[in-house]
Amino acid sequence: MARQLPGKDVVIIGFGWTGAIMAEQLTDAGLEVLALERGPWRDTPTHFATTFAQDELRFYWRHGMFQEASHDTVTFRNNEEQMALPMRRWGSFLPGNGVGGAGVHWNGQTFRFLPSDFVARSHNEERYGRLPEEMTVQDYGVTYDELEPHFDHFEKICGISGQAGNVNGERVEGGNPFEGMRSEHYPNPPMQMTFSQDRFMASARQLGLDPFPGPSANMSRAYTNPLGMQLAPCTYCGFCEKYGCGNYSKASPQTTIIPALMRRENFVLRTHSEVIAIEKSADGSRATGVRYVDSQGDEYVQPAEIVILAAYPLQNTRLLLLSGIGEPYDPQDGTGVVGKNYCYQVMSSVNVFYDDHYTNEFVGAGALGAVVDNYNGDNFDHSGLGFIGGGYIACWTTNTRPIESHPVPDGVPGWGSEWKQAVRENFLKTTAVGLHGASMAHRSNYLDLDPVYTDRWGRPLLRMTYDFTLNDRLLTAHITPFVEEIARGMGGREVKVNRRRGSYDSKPYQTTHNTGGTIMGESPSDSVTNRYCQSWDLPNLFITGAGLFPQNAGYNPTGTVGALAYWSANAIINTYLARPGPLVQS
Amino acid sequence: MNIERRRVLKTLFLAGTALAAPQWVFGREYGRGQGVPWEPLTGDIPYHGTLEERFFTSQERETVAAVFAILIPSDEDGPGAAEAEAVTFIDRQLAGFYGAAQHWYMKGPFPKGAATQGYQSEHPPAQLYRLGLRELDLHCEREFGVPFRRLSEDDRHSVLEGLDNEEIEFTDLSAKTFFDLMLENVIEGFFSDPIYGGNRDLIGWRYVGFPGARYDYREFVNHNGARLDLPPVGLMGRPAWVRN
Repeated sequence: MARQLPGKDVVIIGFGWTGAIMAEQLTDAGLEVLALERGPWRDTPTHFATTFAQDELRFYWRHGMFQEASHDTVTFRNNEEQMALPMRRWGSFLPGNGVGGAGVHWNGQTFRFLPSDFVARSHNEERYGRLPEEMTVQDYGVTYDELEPHFDHFEKICGISGQAGNVNGERVEGGNPFEGMRSEHYPNPPMQMTFSQDRFMASARQLGLDPFPGPSANMSRAYTNPLGMQLAPCTYCGFCEKYGCGNYSKASPQTTIIPALMRRENFVLRTHSEVIAIEKSADGSRATGVRYVDSQGDEYVQPAEIVILAAYPLQNTRLLLLSGIGEPYDPQDGTGVVGKNYCYQVMSSVNVFYDDHYTNEFVGAGALGAVVDNYNGDNFDHSGLGFIGGGYIACWTTNTRPIESHPVPDGVPGWGSEWKQAVRENFLKTTAVGLHGASMAHRSNYLDLDPVYTDRWGRPLLRMTYDFTLNDRLLTAHITPFVEEIARGMGGREVKVNRRRGSYDSKPYQTTHNTGGTIMGESPSDSVTNRYCQSWDLPNLFITGAGLFPQNAGYNPTGTVGALAYWSANAIINTYLARPGPLVQS
Repeated sequence: MNIERRRVLKTLFLAGTALAAPQWVFGREYGRGQGVPWEPLTGDIPYHGTLEERFFTSQERETVAAVFAILIPSDEDGPGAAEAEAVTFIDRQLAGFYGAAQHWYMKGPFPKGAATQGYQSEHPPAQLYRLGLRELDLHCEREFGVPFRRLSEDDRHSVLEGLDNEEIEFTDLSAKTFFDLMLENVIEGFFSDPIYGGNRDLIGWRYVGFPGARYDYREFVNHNGARLDLPPVGLMGRPAWVRN
């Protein structure tokens, strides 16, 4: 029997980046806010202090801070012919768990999508003609210009270190010449580059490209953000992605928002509280709150005037499906919206091996890198290429954590003396140049509920049906040779090209950029939320996160995720509160 | 994991007046202007097992050591799995939460999956080792008349190649899955922090030149391709810090 709790103005499901952003904004507007997080409390000195944060086995290989697969995972298949089987342990992506969510263990590569990325269908169709039937690419419904102030604010909250390329229409030397117009410079200068970036930039310039320093949530200097949170200079320790920063040098909910929020009387956080459904009114016209269980399995109903769905994208889709909100997507006839347009990221890379130079990539940071955007989005002419979108090419120096990263040249076996010696010879003398490619929506890639496997409470797991598409294959086949060309110009002994081959494989880690499933858009017939991230079905339900992306751009998602959360919070505070109801008439 | 210490503490809210709803307690509450919580003795330090925690029988241990010594050999180029004591590492791991797949999703059914679907064995790692080692010996006795640990080095090598290339198959489990897990584990045992029992005396890190769990490289960012030669440091420091 569920216990009925006293109501709140706002209940937030999930307390990662967007949960923290929403809580900060809505408490600032005077609302009583409750956040429910299914994992534990986490803070810097207690959970990832510098004295024990650099533990590769514990945090990556034993999944110290990720969602516990034994509680809840995803089933996966490449196509509908296969039976989806559970990801019994994480591989390709690593959903977070606990306070701060995946914002604790991200790298900090913090881009803005291009203006054309937000209007991917209309822009590309205008320039190249109709897209193929099976490409379910859509416009976001919100434009870059509308999001610009919110990108700017998120960058200031995070203290992004970077080099602007376009400030109020003025081209700035050394920045990204393709970026959308920004109202202000980054709050901090770029990080210091190392040998590998110097070589990458020189090679790229030689080829007539426009390299720039990667926008980084690792601090290039001490910084105080608009909430008064103080961050420390990054020490280049090489433990960002998959690890918490013990040094207060990486922007995370913990370092940029939560301490300020915890001082507010009108904010409460409950941990170990897993929402199992969003509750609806009898007539189905609004959300009345949420139902959740604590770690003892006791069930509670928490009423609220506004519900914010701010869990990880895969979980957001699953909660809508489990709660019977919105029509589930049907890949046969393309109707329905929940679970539609699941997208990911399409990568390839080239390793460079040196003889006489040490890359020393243990001197690294999650977002220490140099980037070229000439082959991203629609920054180049796609006429006759048969695909849309692109990706950035970058040389990041994130780590040399030895269990994870010990690349060897082509032709070396996978174990034994020859392998061991090749690992030693190349360990300190290698770097990589990667393509971080867009993932365009396709009719046959989607999320729904699994018919067989259940979580620890007996509820269906989410099922993922996903494979790389023709667009993905053409995109990487076209751009990878440019990656190789830059890599060859970096003066190494040899290179090794890691092409995008075969089906999507759920085993090796690729990236935690799972997008779509709760997409935003212009009409209830093709999206889950309107342009303000407000549910078309229940006007007091707002959704955050990369699940909103109708398709994924050739960038890391967090910058755009942050901007969308501030955009949505702004709409709630300035429009919705005065007149609760749909912000867009359908 | 230290389950006792991590148990959710239930907090009782003692409300002075009658509320519309009863006042029990839910997970754990934070906020209400209290600031970031701090409590003594809550540091979430690593749980690295103890030397007494072992899983293998002595025969199993000998076989795994023999497998590991082929995968990461000791040779003229430097030390291998044997010097790193990678077998001690995995023995301790299998005795703990990892061996039991405590954090993995282990509900059935367990049909054979596609290669892209990852680990689909119904056996958690410890059990996979137990059954896999038995089948490995059965195979070797059938083919060579002796168990794996009695084979010549060349024969050990060719048997492991057979597992890796899927030329040898087991009856009750996937030989390839077993091989892949052993390869993953020996690399872990060679390169993880020494607190876990492998990488003894930081031997794996010294071999490749990894400086370990240092946290501040600011003075080296401008290395410009030069060799740095920083001796490795583990979470417990390094041997040179101890005076005999």
